Amino acid sequence: MQTPADTAAAPEDESSRLWLERLTDSGPRRDAAVAELHDLLLKAARFEIGRRRATLPHLRGGDHEDLAQQSADDALMAVLRKLDQFRGESRFTTWAYKFALLEAAVKVRRRAWQGREIPVEAEAWAALADAGEPAVRGAEDAELFRVLREEIERLTPRQREVLVAVALNGVPIDVLAERLGSSRGALYKNLHDARRSLRDRLARRGFRIDGDGEEER
Amino acid sequence: MKRDQVLGKVLGPAAPELTCEECFEELDRYVELVLAGEPAEERIPGMAPHLQGCPACADDFRSLRDLVGREGIDSIR
Repeated sequence: MQTPADTAAAPEDESSRLWLERLTDSGPRRDAAVAELHDLLLKAARFEIGRRRATLPHLRGGDHEDLAQQSADDALMAVLRKLDQFRGESRFTTWAYKFALLEAAVKVRRRAWQGREIPVEAEAWAALADAGEPAVRGAEDAELFRVLREEIERLTPRQREVLVAVALNGVPIDVLAERLGSSRGALYKNLHDARRSLRDRLARRGFRIDGDGEEER
Repeated sequence: MKRDQVLGKVLGPAAPELTCEECFEELDRYVELVLAGEPAEERIPGMAPHLQGCPACADDFRSLRDLVGREGIDSIR
């Protein structure tokens, strides 16, 4: 049986210490704590699903509750599995909430995109073309966006796929990860590398872009 | 989309940033620092640029901040 002393760091606040103590106890005291934790995670999952309700117009009321219950169940498993990783640097409840919010957010995003195709690249080029439209932004911007499009074409296929889907077409990274059999972290690495590469290549071609995307020439 | 929005989304943050895994690891501490008015970015460098560049993690941040904030900032250490 795990004890609070086994955890990486003892939390400073009494409430968090008590949570750990009860969850690492045995018998009815632990069972009661697990049930209480599930209620807490369910509250967080309902909160998340409630704020994303507009993205799920086709779901009925009962479906929202099913999603919340599934999210709370999965989050409970994650929290109990990772209890020894709680470092006590936040309140226990804040730490636990993030698992429920993540489970709920991922489930909602995937449900919202269920059966939908990932937008094709051509739709993203329209956004680039509009943003660099000479009549609107001037010749220098038109040149910047022409070069940017060229350099996007030169990225690796995976980098281009992730950049276009996530950054230009607004496809949630969890949804793309599920379709590609990958993970959020791995795809964000692809996106990050693509962005670094584009910044470097634009700089080599005489375009200097500051941190917020403002061009400095 | 407007020009700067497109450039921001395509090129992302210029500053060094955390990975998604590191972001999730630090999210609870970061949210409590933000709600307590502490200099969160100084304490957890790279978090703010990551939230700027990763829409999914930024969503997770806003949700946790709003949920914990709703319970009252006084309850944050």
